[in-house]
Amino acid sequence: MFSAEIMLKRLINIKLFKKQYMLSSTISANIEDAVLQGINKVNYTSSLDINEPSLNSPVPIFKILNDAGDISSNCKSIIIPENDELIKMYKSMVLLSIMDKMLYESQRQGRISFYMTNEGEEAAQIGSAAGLHFNDLVYGQYREAGVLLFRGFKPEQFMNQCFGNVDDLGKGKQMPVHYGSKNLNFVTLSSPLTTQLPQAVGSAYSFKTLKTDRCTIVYFGEGAASEGDAHAAFNFASTLDCPIIFFCRNNGYAISTPANEQYRGDGIVSQGPGYGIATIRVDGNDILAVYNAIIKAREYVMTNTRPLLLEAMTYRRGHHSTSEDSTAYRSKDEIEQWSNKNPITRFKKLLEKNNLWNDQNEVEYVNETKKQLMQSFTIASKKNKPNWKEMFNDVYHEIPDNLLKQMNSLEDHLSKYSDRYSKE
Amino acid sequence: MHAAINKYSSVCNATKNILCGCIKRHSSHFVYHPERISNELGKTSKKNMYQAINSAMDLVLSKDPNSVVFGEDVGFGGVFRCTSGLRERYGKDRVFNTPLCEQGIVGFGIGLAVAGTTAIAEIQFADYMFPALDQLVNEAAKYRYRSGNLFDCGKLTVRTPCSAVGHGALYHSQSPESFYAHAPGLKIVMPRSAQTAKGLLLSCVRDPNPCIFFEPKIMYRLAVDDVPDDDYELPLGKADVLIEGRDITLIGWGTQVHVLLEVAEIADKDFGISCEVIDLVTILPWDKQTVSNSVKKTGRAIVSHEAPLTGGFGAEISASIQEDCFLHLESPIRRVTGYDTPFPHVFEKFYLPNKWKCLQAIKELVNY
Repeated sequence: MFSAEIMLKRLINIKLFKKQYMLSSTISANIEDAVLQGINKVNYTSSLDINEPSLNSPVPIFKILNDAGDISSNCKSIIIPENDELIKMYKSMVLLSIMDKMLYESQRQGRISFYMTNEGEEAAQIGSAAGLHFNDLVYGQYREAGVLLFRGFKPEQFMNQCFGNVDDLGKGKQMPVHYGSKNLNFVTLSSPLTTQLPQAVGSAYSFKTLKTDRCTIVYFGEGAASEGDAHAAFNFASTLDCPIIFFCRNNGYAISTPANEQYRGDGIVSQGPGYGIATIRVDGNDILAVYNAIIKAREYVMTNTRPLLLEAMTYRRGHHSTSEDSTAYRSKDEIEQWSNKNPITRFKKLLEKNNLWNDQNEVEYVNETKKQLMQSFTIASKKNKPNWKEMFNDVYHEIPDNLLKQMNSLEDHLSKYSDRYSKE
Repeated sequence: MHAAINKYSSVCNATKNILCGCIKRHSSHFVYHPERISNELGKTSKKNMYQAINSAMDLVLSKDPNSVVFGEDVGFGGVFRCTSGLRERYGKDRVFNTPLCEQGIVGFGIGLAVAGTTAIAEIQFADYMFPALDQLVNEAAKYRYRSGNLFDCGKLTVRTPCSAVGHGALYHSQSPESFYAHAPGLKIVMPRSAQTAKGLLLSCVRDPNPCIFFEPKIMYRLAVDDVPDDDYELPLGKADVLIEGRDITLIGWGTQVHVLLEVAEIADKDFGISCEVIDLVTILPWDKQTVSNSVKKTGRAIVSHEAPLTGGFGAEISASIQEDCFLHLESPIRRVTGYDTPFPHVFEKFYLPNKWKCLQAIKELVNY
């Protein structure tokens, strides 16, 4: 039997032996080639380091125009649109902003059920729309009316949708601002966030295999980027080599949730490299920067048949929607601070400095636009709603028996209770 | 399509006497009843269900250059061999693996269909389709409706293996059809055989609506039929009356059809009860007329499915029969289904709505 002391000594000896043994087996070179599926040539390391995210060096924001409307002299080989195009871009921003105010007010008066403004994000929308090809397929979230407007959607078409009248292309089925246009290559919007991202990837794959000169662009907010579908889309686009531009509008808030409660990385742009996706971060309030970024992004995705993630930094100056008051969760000072960075004003200064626009043009255009929008609004508000039978159409390509039966049953009901249903 | 219906009805009528051709398999809870050979559909070959499904996709890919097949592990032939050989024949741009992400697979498929590509997506097991529920229910099902028909994803078909397999437990056994049957805009189809699998899958792929095609996985190798080599389509939304009877109507789909066919045989032979057996085939939109006509004739009905009782599609059928056939009913409508538990591993034989449970129900209702 061993005494406790002897036991202890023995244990110590074993430990020492082990230590020596391990020391003697230390290899001098600790770098070997690793053969790992899906990882490019990589070395091993003997130093146990935690890889901290590089949050102290955020991806810089590409910017051309300063707040005074001057083009930075450091910007090389940027593309400035023709004068006519510049004016069209500016007018679209102003029109969008006036239409927003009008429809926002009409919702407050109960004339339409819901509205979402684009205030503060006009440059991100119009600048990107101007840089795309008309054939490129657009998938949006719900704050991209400017893209549709720039492509030629008429104010009365927006209003028809918001009223859900007989001329609404969507036949009165969706809530206001859920626009869509087949002719303008703008896929109809839906409320569930981020569902459009993997769909846009699928369409991009289709364009690739058909060898058409088309890409897709998909817009989404920084809140939507937290959904699982964003992960799905980034990864599919990358592994399946799809020509798609992911356009993230990072406006600082998802309803009341500020971006620092949404993610802890360097915005959305930092997610790109993890998926093997190229990225651009751009000043979303600078229409020329967005325009140039999109042209470059489009060229990249078409040339390489690869996705690109673009993050436009902006600020949602309006409320999230007509259903809430944003001053409940952010200060008026903060909103005021951003109103000084109004993308429309910034662009206007540039145009004025180049004698493409002046105060008189502004007054005339604003007055004329208001007049025309009021006319369109009055016409749209007076149009009839679609026939109730429309409710049963387009559930399927054809109307199945069960739906025909339900339609007939409603017809019978209405013939007996017609006085209980308003006629409009 | 009409030609297909006519051709098919001859197959159905002939199945009245198919029981003599059944194959005994001790490993499963049912006896497979092969389809009869139909000369009208041209030359046939012996194929099991996965080969029939493979043949359908082969035809789609060869005839429609703008069509693709994708999902987890479909590139090397699929974990059930349904896509074997397709990548070699049509290239890796048309038959390809996706990352492991069901919501991505269905969303991606919708996008392909929106752009005009025929998209055949595979979800590896129906049990794993729930991550894609949002894309299927909120997106695929509502695409045409919400856009006023400006856009649709009718070219999307989602194939997925489903139902009991003897030892699949909770996540390799589910029959989730009723979750999707509550989503107007989808078509939901489940074949009972190799022959119907090919014809129905071809119909789903070409139907201008998004379809979910549930493939009872226990039949992949077990179900062997004379399957036409050529292209043929079987009608969606139409139930098949497999055996005509007088006393009671038995309604099922997928594997359960074979349980009901055997039960009908036992009931007839041992108790002189004449059962009418209906394969519903399409869960949504379903063939109410064929079911009602049958129950009005027999006065009794049993609906049987593997999925749990509560909220199962049997509830929908029962309520509908009660409404349409109230004056003709001579007994309550009975549902013989899985229990309201998750699908268990070692207790599977107690869980399934097998022939003895069905037989007990038949006897109780006939003597009601």
